[in-house]
Amino acid sequence: MHIPDGFIDLPTSAIFAAASAGAITYSLVGARKQLDEKSAPLAGLTAVFIFAVQMLNFPVAAGTSGHLLGGALAAVLVGPYAATLALTVVLVMQGFLFADGGLSAIGLNVFNMAVLGVWGGYAVFLLVRKILPKNKSSISIAAATAGLISVPIAAVGFVFQYALGATATFSVSTVLGAMVGTHILIGIGEAIITALTVSAVMASRSDLVFGWENKTSTLEIREQK
Amino acid sequence: MISNRKFIVMGVLVSALLAGGASFYANSNPDGLEKVAQDIGFIQSAKDNANADSSLADYGLKGIENERLSVGVAGLIGVVATGAISGGLFLLLRRKKPKN
Repeated sequence: MHIPDGFIDLPTSAIFAAASAGAITYSLVGARKQLDEKSAPLAGLTAVFIFAVQMLNFPVAAGTSGHLLGGALAAVLVGPYAATLALTVVLVMQGFLFADGGLSAIGLNVFNMAVLGVWGGYAVFLLVRKILPKNKSSISIAAATAGLISVPIAAVGFVFQYALGATATFSVSTVLGAMVGTHILIGIGEAIITALTVSAVMASRSDLVFGWENKTSTLEIREQK
Repeated sequence: MISNRKFIVMGVLVSALLAGGASFYANSNPDGLEKVAQDIGFIQSAKDNANADSSLADYGLKGIENERLSVGVAGLIGVVATGAISGGLFLLLRRKKPKN
């Protein structure tokens, strides 16, 4: 999903770099209000974990692999503001340190994975959580659904950028069909990894999970002891 | 319930094992976007990252022949670097005392 240099022209890349910068600023303000002594280390750990798991490409179809994007996972664990920042750190690091994703394409990649993937995934999570009963396993199911859908959402972000500023001339609808089809398959892997991770954190420290509504009450009980 | 510190330490250890050990077994086929670009034909428009010749490009430490070691060390460097940058950022952003 990491766009290399050259796919999208520079003016379009600049527009998305500006949009991403706006989203990062908004997230910095939001995260500053939200993060405290307890949630800040978890936000850092989330970035580290997503970097690690993004290295683990899994096979999806003949000759194709995919890896976790992690936007929905991060949004459920630490909230969408900190998630956007965590994913941005991962993407910038990958581009500069590991030459993964183009440097001129960083704004495009941040927009697709750290903005669309995070906020799109978070919106799906909230919707599904609303429908399901209020218990712990619902959080994992909602997170998995968010993971599943966040990947094609990020893929559509790329198609949008392709439509606006592709250097190649292949038809947008061809690219749309191929991107969405492939990334629904990758989304299944995303859903599994997201569900396993959220379940593990819910089982050990559910009070740390941003998307778990009942956490405030557990928190208060613990503090009064 | 395990303590905050223990939870973070365990999480970092799991991440280090994944990036430093399991990454060797990652599938090396092109990822979704790369495959689509190959199949449709716009892969030719890709240009090399300006850092394509850097010592950590493509998740391998240059100069280490052993592939398992090369990707493992690169993964560990990535874990430390990501942890340093994100840890620093989020600790700077946090409120010093929880709101009452």
